[in-house]
Amino acid sequence: MHGVQRSDNGGKTNMAKSKTTDKKKKGSFGKSLPLLLIALPGIVYLLINNYIPIMGLFLAFKDFNFMKGVFKSDWCGLDNFRFLFLTKDAWIMTRNTLLYNIVFIILGTVAAIFLAVLLCELGNRLRVKLFQAALLLPNLLSWVVIGFVAYAFLNADTGFINNTIMRNLGRDEIAWYTFPKAWPFILVIVNLWKNAGYQSIVYMAGISGIDKSLYEAAALDGATKLQQIFQVTLPLLKPTVITLSIMAIGRIFYSDFGLFYQVPQNSGALFNVTQTIDTYVYRGLMELNNVGMSAAAGVYQSIIGFFLVLGANALVRKLDSDNALF
Amino acid sequence: MTESKSFNRAATIILTFLVIVTLLPIVLLVIASFTKEQVLIQNGYSFFPKALSLDAYYYMVKQGTVIVRAYGVSFLVTILGTSLSVLITTTLAYPMARKSFRYRNILSFFVFFTMLFHGGIVPSYIMWSRFFHIKNTLWALIVPHYLVTGFNVILVKNFYQNNVPDALIEAAQIDGASELKTFYKIMFPLSRPVVATISLFTGLCYWNDWTNGLYYVDNEKLFSIQLLLMKIMNNIQALRANIVLMGTGTVELPGSSVRMAMAFVGILPILIVYPFVQKYLVEGVVIGAVKG
Repeated sequence: MHGVQRSDNGGKTNMAKSKTTDKKKKGSFGKSLPLLLIALPGIVYLLINNYIPIMGLFLAFKDFNFMKGVFKSDWCGLDNFRFLFLTKDAWIMTRNTLLYNIVFIILGTVAAIFLAVLLCELGNRLRVKLFQAALLLPNLLSWVVIGFVAYAFLNADTGFINNTIMRNLGRDEIAWYTFPKAWPFILVIVNLWKNAGYQSIVYMAGISGIDKSLYEAAALDGATKLQQIFQVTLPLLKPTVITLSIMAIGRIFYSDFGLFYQVPQNSGALFNVTQTIDTYVYRGLMELNNVGMSAAAGVYQSIIGFFLVLGANALVRKLDSDNALF
Repeated sequence: MTESKSFNRAATIILTFLVIVTLLPIVLLVIASFTKEQVLIQNGYSFFPKALSLDAYYYMVKQGTVIVRAYGVSFLVTILGTSLSVLITTTLAYPMARKSFRYRNILSFFVFFTMLFHGGIVPSYIMWSRFFHIKNTLWALIVPHYLVTGFNVILVKNFYQNNVPDALIEAAQIDGASELKTFYKIMFPLSRPVVATISLFTGLCYWNDWTNGLYYVDNEKLFSIQLLLMKIMNNIQALRANIVLMGTGTVELPGSSVRMAMAFVGILPILIVYPFVQKYLVEGVVIGAVKG
């Protein structure tokens, strides 16, 4: 522990030193010009792709009309926001986005740590590699393909669940794509299936970074394997868990569009339990031509999302400054 | 010792079970693609179909052009998109890593801020479609959203800072190498590991992307494989609704087994490449998670 602290301090003084020399070394405009030109394509791209849309947030305050265009559409003040928050949609999409994310963070973390602990216990490298390959595979599939897989299970006439599972249980068939009650479970299962293996990688790295002598000492003291996991592994993973969870909370206002759009097959009967801010913005823009409300929902997401990221980062910096984004 | 052994065995058994559960849905998709269409309609999707057939694959070969074309678009977009992305990302990261670069801090903040604040899809969509007229061009599948991400730029910048000593660059410049030459003679060759990582993730992102197509492409000639799959599924849903409304049931559609065969063909390149890149994928996830 002391060693860590000392090297940390050493790092800091080094950084301070290099900062002062930085200033001396900083080149003139003429010397920096070639470097600026090299960076130019990237700068131009980010200006267009990221910065112009930020300026375009003003669309949320306009009564957008495709004929009149972006600049000639009439201003309408906060009307878009007023109408948005008068609808039930605003509440539903906010509730869904937040609740699903909270469940994903909790169950996702538990599942990822569970997998990581088991994988690290295997010892045999080839076996770890094979198991990990299988657990990671769903993460490499597109949401479209996952939509197909879900359809093979869920569709009413030929789906695996109705034809095999429900029949064997002696239950009636269910039209899953118009049965909202099931979807919170379906979405959580699909999300875990796709992401748990992926998320376990980080925890595996954390576990393999734990000093082996701690386990040897615990074993000498007579700790069983299970006790070692609960007394050594899990406590030492705690900082990683906290950091990753806070970062995830910073993104809690954003949802995975593919999960909520492709897996439910855009079924209107399910919107109450599948609509998130991202799907609402998409539908308003592309399907309902309600650009104003869609833009207002986008601004709502951008601004709250921004403060959540800032807050999350401030918190991480306080707890674990090495892993803060800035 | 025996305790540790029995624990090891328990871990193996639990993981074996979880691996099977994880793979079963994909296995179902593959088996369905080899199932005889009539059997599939009568008995539904099953892990043990009553009759197998290669009809779905024959059908695809016969109806080839649409699928081959979509495959071509996907490959083109993936290769072109990834190459461009690597080029622009590394050239943007290089000056950010140079201590003597006067605008280093401003540029770093400029890149970093894109990770914190998003303008969202509405202004972005209107800009790309109304001002850049990108709809129904190949560029629509490549340029918006994915070409350069702040995350990748910072990943490369950190790699340069941690792995390329300043002395090396200074030496090259004392020898009279220009900045551009220093970049492509020294920096770029040295960045092979990080370039491998970002290529892998960017390539996967392009191959699997359907959102750009959803927003910007409705010309069938530009359908990527993901977009084609998505449209087929949408048409089935739409037709199903119509069939229910009109009470007629005789519409020619690619059969269920054909659809699943197409989905399988869509993931095939990933399955083929996967064993060779798994190691880099895992390393990349760790690097990315620790710090962008």
